[in-house]
Amino acid sequence: MSGTWMTTRAWLLMLPLLVIMVAVIGWPLVDTVRLSFTDAQLVGTAGNYVGFDNYTKMLTSSNFTRTLSTTTWFAVVSVAAEMVLGVLAALLLNQEFRGRAVLRGLMILPWALPTVVNATLWRLIYNPEYGALNAALTQLHLIDDYRSWLGEPGTALAALIVADCWKNFPLVALIALAALQAVPRDITAAALVDGAGPFNRFRFVMLPYLAGPLMVALVLRTIEAFKVFDIIWVMTRGGPANSTRSLSILVYQEAFSFQRAGSGASLALIVTLLVTVLAVAYATLVRKTAGSAT
Amino acid sequence: MLKSIGKTLMGAVFVGGLFVPHAFAETTLNALFMAQAAYSEADVRSMTEAFTKANPDIKVNLEFVPYEGLHDKTVLAQGSGGGYDVVLFDVIWPAEYATNKVLVDVSSKITDDMKKGVLPGAWTTVQYDGKYYGMPWILDTKYLFYNKEILEKAGIKAPPKTWEELGQQAKIIQEKGLLKTPIAWSWSQAEAAVCDYTTLVSAYGGDFLKDGKPDFQNGGGLSALKYMVDSYKSGLTNPNSKEFLEEDVRKVFENGDAAFALNWTYMYNMANDPKDSKVAGKVGVVPAPGVAGTSEVSAVNGSMGLGITAVSKHPDEAWKYIEFMTSQATQNQYAKLSLPIWASSYDDPAVTKGQEELIAAAKLGLAAMYPRPTTPKYQQLSTALQQAIQESLLGQTTPEDALKTAAENSGL
Amino acid sequence: MERKNPVFTAFVYICALLLAAVILAPLAWLFVMSISPAADLAAKPLRWWPQAADFSRYVQLLSRAENSAGAAFTASLRNSLEVAGMATLAAVVLAVPAGWAVSRTPSVGWSLSMVIATYMLPPVALSVPLYMGLSWLGLLNNVFGLALIYLTILAPFTTWLMKSGFDSIPREIEAAAMIDGAGLFQTWRIITLPLAAPVVATSALFAVLLAWDEFFYALLFTSDQRAKTLTVAIADLAGGRVSDYGLIATAGVLAALPPVLIGLVMQRALISGLTSGGVKG
Repeated sequence: MSGTWMTTRAWLLMLPLLVIMVAVIGWPLVDTVRLSFTDAQLVGTAGNYVGFDNYTKMLTSSNFTRTLSTTTWFAVVSVAAEMVLGVLAALLLNQEFRGRAVLRGLMILPWALPTVVNATLWRLIYNPEYGALNAALTQLHLIDDYRSWLGEPGTALAALIVADCWKNFPLVALIALAALQAVPRDITAAALVDGAGPFNRFRFVMLPYLAGPLMVALVLRTIEAFKVFDIIWVMTRGGPANSTRSLSILVYQEAFSFQRAGSGASLALIVTLLVTVLAVAYATLVRKTAGSAT
Repeated sequence: MLKSIGKTLMGAVFVGGLFVPHAFAETTLNALFMAQAAYSEADVRSMTEAFTKANPDIKVNLEFVPYEGLHDKTVLAQGSGGGYDVVLFDVIWPAEYATNKVLVDVSSKITDDMKKGVLPGAWTTVQYDGKYYGMPWILDTKYLFYNKEILEKAGIKAPPKTWEELGQQAKIIQEKGLLKTPIAWSWSQAEAAVCDYTTLVSAYGGDFLKDGKPDFQNGGGLSALKYMVDSYKSGLTNPNSKEFLEEDVRKVFENGDAAFALNWTYMYNMANDPKDSKVAGKVGVVPAPGVAGTSEVSAVNGSMGLGITAVSKHPDEAWKYIEFMTSQATQNQYAKLSLPIWASSYDDPAVTKGQEELIAAAKLGLAAMYPRPTTPKYQQLSTALQQAIQESLLGQTTPEDALKTAAENSGL
Repeated sequence: MERKNPVFTAFVYICALLLAAVILAPLAWLFVMSISPAADLAAKPLRWWPQAADFSRYVQLLSRAENSAGAAFTASLRNSLEVAGMATLAAVVLAVPAGWAVSRTPSVGWSLSMVIATYMLPPVALSVPLYMGLSWLGLLNNVFGLALIYLTILAPFTTWLMKSGFDSIPREIEAAAMIDGAGLFQTWRIITLPLAAPVVATSALFAVLLAWDEFFYALLFTSDQRAKTLTVAIADLAGGRVSDYGLIATAGVLAALPPVLIGLVMQRALISGLTSGGVKG
């Protein structure tokens, strides 16, 4: 069989997938670019060409800069916490103890719980009057008065991050655990014989095995955290005083609540560009770590 | 290509549907309501059931979304071929819906009997630019509810007549240790906060707009926000109010955790129902207070109407349904959670019985209803106001600066 | 070895208990709320365990009486099943040829990388044209329209997983069948797919979980019982307008059951799927 035929056949086999992707993602993306240069409304007027007006308007608005920093803060803190907690949980699950298999099985539960259910659950837990968190903390005498967890700008974002972490750190833990179990036993044993302390064993024996998978998890989680919509929509809708409004929520507001499809599109593309830059930067980093780890 | 696949699949579904035996050639209406306040979901379902029983050739699919989703859902469904036929709309949306052709003009369908029988205040709910875009259905404003038992224990003889008095009475209740934070409001970053704010604007005699430009940053509009901030900072207001919606206020009030609460009509009979409420029989209601020298009472127009969407393929059946839902007979029968739009109902013993206090408050409150601004850009204005209210409550900025910024961001 | 050190062993057990508590407490509370009478949930101090278990909300949500809250909930349950089922089926059907092509002819692999890169796009960047496009096709508020969009979320994942699966099947086995005169599709049917069955199953499960979880597109593109999915139905309930927290919790429990059961039963397959993507990165 000739190489050309192989390649042609491969393309033919790829075709259905590629057609669907181009139709449902490629075309809308191009159309979003077109819309972003118009003043189109969601319902009604098709819109006129307005050049870069939408972009300059969005980029210079205080709403955008504030929302960008809120989103970044959410992404950085929640992903970092998920990584640290995930690795710690994986190190624990890599020990031998009774009930380990059960505990490992439990780890899949938060990950399998639908995001919206998770958000709803935590919203109930944080309820200022009848929520479990206030009740538990008061009964344990950790706080004197019930507090408004989702109503204070100081705690609302943190409360969201906790809810997000609870759902996602088990995933990191499971990935890290699989990587840890790939560390050959004799290497760990040798390191012990050499008198390496726990920290050094983690740094020099385990980390090289962990680095690759963790970087992948880091990239995926960061992209997701940057796009965050569901959990915030259900728990706070961006409040109080817009202190938890993410970029995706801002785009929704612009394009759908205010029905300004044009400026909504430009804002959406700005977000896309940010995520792409982030992803490319990470991908380069992944290649480097993968190179140095092996 | 995709279209034909879609059509074929839908065709298949449709053909499948034909095999189900039907006694009548049916028209199916899709109606959008809200799962909140006013008529309960159960009420709407049984009203609709009565309608379909009387009109067996019409089937009505009901859909309930939270108030927060009502506007976006209505607008988004415009694009879909099989969207809603009948939608519930808030008093603040006709301007936008008319401009964007979401609702059809039904002026020709409004009869003289309707014009004469329905309270004038209710009509403002569905009018824009001299045309009618539906029938008013929920005639509502925010009342001041109070817990009679708590007021009695505090030695308070009568509920407050002015907002200042409300603060004084709350202080007494707090000082006697009856409640830590006696007043509950719905100040979440949502339309609910704007409704509470509007009630106060009406008390202080403020204006939202002057010659089409924002004017809420001056005079009464500013005093209204200052009152909210003072009440919040003084600790008389439940600090959780800033994340409450109306249902949270109801829950707190029904649990006996609030002495005063601002809420819609529906709370009266719900809080008086011993099944869910711990304060049944102790619920008092008066019109929202006024400001000495400026107003006797205050009220926001929180009414809602039923309209026919521009995409409806069955406007006649839809109007039939709306007529039934807004008829005096239907409204009188379900007058516990929402009061009728018909003037003569307020003297009908069948309606007033068992809720004389509410009716008395309604007569004063409904007459004083104050509108939120009528503009196609209402959503943006409201969003800006919500932010201003929350930022001032949280002390991130002064009421003056917050309202100035809101005026700049209002899009007007 | 450290493991024999009793202090360390105790430390491990304490951490394990702590971890189990962190994972389980919120889930247990969700269930307890769903069976607690409304009065218990509004009690101060909070009652942590109901005086009498109350399963009436489950009955209420699963009843099919016309125009009841239960009918709305079961309709959304059915929509979620339909959309997830259709999208998953299509995603696997597309993924088998595409995954095989990339596995056997790596020179076309860059196109798969492009497909996977679409994961980076925030849904909001596509939502306006998609909304207008679906509206033009008459597929708004329609399970087929929603499934079509979900397909583009699921297919990159299933294709990637299938490719990894095919990579581990030696080409020589396929080559032998082909020499015996079997065509491409016959070879797949007899040799490749049976060997790749576990991977097909894993990717299908992943796809179901992803589709079940989706919220944003469903929120925008569906409006009533004809297409509204569970996630949107729950967000509606939780929108602050239902005062019975137990009912919200019950809906949550019911919506979480299918994916959680899949997760528990298929643990091993899911973890291997997760890590095969992860480790090979």
